Order: sequence, then structure tokens, then C-alpha cells
Amino acid sequence: MRAYLPAYELQRPASLDEALRLLASAPGEWRPFAGGTDLMVLLEAGKLEHRKFFSIWHLDELRGIEETIEHITLGALTTYTELQSNETMRREFPMLCVAASETGAIAIQNRGTLGGNIANASPAADSPPALIVYGAELELVSARGARWIAYEGFHTAYKQMRMEPDELISRIRLPRASAGDNWKQYYRKVGTRKAQAISKICFAGAARLGDGQIEEARISMGSVAPTVVSCTKTASILRGRRVNKETIGAAQGEMKKEIVPIDDLRSTADYRLQVSLNLLEDFLLSLER
Amino acid sequence: MPEATEKERSGKVVVRCTVNGRDAELSGFPMARLLDVLREELKLTGTKEGCGEGECGACSVFINGKIVNSCLVPLMQVEGARVVTIEGIASDEQLNAIQEAFIETGGAQCGICTPGMVMAAVNLLDRNSEPTESDIRAGLAGNLCRCTGYMKIFEAVVRACQHSGVKR
Repeated sequence: MRAYLPAYELQRPASLDEALRLLASAPGEWRPFAGGTDLMVLLEAGKLEHRKFFSIWHLDELRGIEETIEHITLGALTTYTELQSNETMRREFPMLCVAASETGAIAIQNRGTLGGNIANASPAADSPPALIVYGAELELVSARGARWIAYEGFHTAYKQMRMEPDELISRIRLPRASAGDNWKQYYRKVGTRKAQAISKICFAGAARLGDGQIEEARISMGSVAPTVVSCTKTASILRGRRVNKETIGAAQGEMKKEIVPIDDLRSTADYRLQVSLNLLEDFLLSLER
Repeated sequence: MPEATEKERSGKVVVRCTVNGRDAELSGFPMARLLDVLREELKLTGTKEGCGEGECGACSVFINGKIVNSCLVPLMQVEGARVVTIEGIASDEQLNAIQEAFIETGGAQCGICTPGMVMAAVNLLDRNSEPTESDIRAGLAGNLCRCTGYMKIFEAVVRACQHSGVKR
């Protein structure tokens, strides 16, 4: 059933300060509304339980991509289209660009935002695995001030986030050192079809090689647990190893312990586990290509 | 203005924007879908509703030059925006070259997806006047046709940019 529209509020604060004051005025009562690509779907289905929102779409303070030597910093309202069309992003953070290009189609990418994707907290979102591998940090702002936190660990349980009710995600920062030329990056989303599909599995991996050995690896996966998963144990046993059958087997053994895929309408636990292990193998073999 | 007071009391808002180059004052609930406001308030019924959840592209419009699904845009967010609908694509009596090409190739069957397909093609050719086949497929990837007449639609886009030659 469609939602009853008069029951919903959507304010339009004139500035970020005004938005933060609104958030602080009654913590938990008001929620931000960005590009609407998730919330409007819930609204139309009559499943949008929260009623009081304020739009942040027009707030330029939350837009823009800034580059320094150490970081590239994305405003929370950076759309998937803007993200993929930035040259530094394409060169240094290709996994995030691929994730953006595979999230919905063009019309969705023109409205869907990176901050919105994080705050929507879907375990099937496409950008979080890449953000974790890149060591992303989030800036949370409130009327009380601003703070930076690591993105890894931000999602604590299904749809639960490590932020206060008066806080808003304002920026996402990616350290550039982690994306040097000697890192090999691998991103794969497995969905039902090529365009417009929600993930069955999403895999992001990066590794740095030296003398044919893996010096460091990072792996993160989506749709295999209630939140995006950082496969730290799988990644750590790769350290110092060469890519061979034994390494692949050992890594797959660890991964089985780190992910907990489930049966749902998009796929089955068995399929997800098998594909996860296959993607891990493909990632490791890609390091030699 | 008594009318405004009544709107305020009912929770409705008035949003100012341009639609197809003309100033417009749109009234409705802040969370009303732009799709419904265009169709019901302005009677611009060329914009169609397919899925209502951003999957099918039938409701595509341009907002500030960017193609979006109007079923996913709440009225409140078009304040000050430039909205262009399928009705704004032809100029006076002259159809856009893409619309002509759809007619020539039979790129429309039941017609529900056609406005959105035309909008997607306009968006593609505005940004890339010499698209490859795969560019065209990617450009139309957000649009579903329930009659599955995809090849004729694809051919229409190829034809529309034929003067520059589609790269194979």
C-alpha cells in the first residue's frame, strides 16, 4: 500500500547549521533525507516508518571532492555519477568507481549519494566493501562539533551505526597512500543481471606484492553477513605467502569462518558461500596476472 | 493570500521551479512524488509510471540537466530546479531527431516505456554524440520495456546518431 502523504514531513533547512540545530532540537525525531533513492522506494511501498525528515540535498556544504597529498575527501552528497567522473578517483580508487557504476543505472547514480548509501546501512550496498579496503574515514558533524572516525566498524549490527542521533555524516575521506601503484585491486559484484541488480555477493580486495610474495592484503565483502564484513583473518594469513594452491586453500578455510551468508530472496547461503570462495580464489589468481 | 493559508493548514507546500522552461508553482505535500505532481497538477502525462521504485525508467525527467527517476524525487526537492519532461524535448511542432528515429524504426509498442527511453537516449547523445554499441546499451540500461521490443529501441538510437556513425 502507498504511504499516506499528509503524515510525512520534509523540511528544507536553509543551511547545514540550521539542519544540525534541527537534529539537535529533538535527537532521533528528525532524520536527514539525501537523494531519496532508498527512502522514496520505502515510501511508495508504504514501509517508510519514520515520518519526520529534512532534506539535505540542496546543502552545498555537503558537496564537492577535495584533494590533498594525503587524502581525497568526498562530500557526503557526492553522487555516484560525480564519484566516477572524478579523475583521481578513477586512477586511485577504481573499486569505488566500479561500485558506483554498478549501483542502479544512470538516473539512480545521478541521485544516489555515498553518504546516503552509508547511512542507509544496507548489508547489500555496493560501496562499503571498497570503502573498508581503502581504509575510509567518516566525518560526523553535529551542533556540538565535528569528529572523524574509521569507517571500519561503523556498522555494528543490521542497520545499526556508531553515531549519535544528533549527528550527520558530512564527509568521507580516503587515504591516498593506501592506493599507490603497487597495490593490486579487485572488485566484483555478483547480481542476478548486469544492470539494476541488488548484490548477491560483493567482494573487494587489494594486495601489495613484493618479490612475488603478498606483503599485505585487505579483503571486505558485502551481502554475506548482517553488516559489511572486513575479512581481517583471511587477509592476515596471506601475509608473506606466495599465490599457490596451498595459499588459496588456507585463505578459503579462514574465509569460511569469517562470513555468515544467509538464505534470502536474492540467493541462498550455499550459493553465497561457494561464490565467495570462488571470488577469493579469483582475486588471488588476479595478483599474478 | 487565503489560498496559501489553506495549503499551509493542510500541510501542503508551494514549490517554485521551472518546467520545460516556464515558471511553475507546484503545490502538494512535501513528500509527494514529482511524477504525480507533473501528471496531476500540470497534466503533463507524457511522463509515465512503470514500477514506482526506480527500476524501470518510465518516469525519467531531467532536473538541472541530469536524468532522474521522477518517482523517487519528492516535491520539496525541486525548489528552484529546472525540470524538463518529455513534453519539453520536441521544439514547437518539430520532433527531436531521437523521437523521429523511434517512429522510423517502430521503437514503440505499447508506448509506456517510450518517453523514458527517449529521455535516456537524449541524455546519452547529449553527453556522447558518437556512442559505441555498448555505450548505447549502458545508456538504456536503466529503462525496461514490458513489450521487450528492445532491438527496435536500440536501432532507433543507432539511427538517431547515424550522421556521425555508430562505432562497432
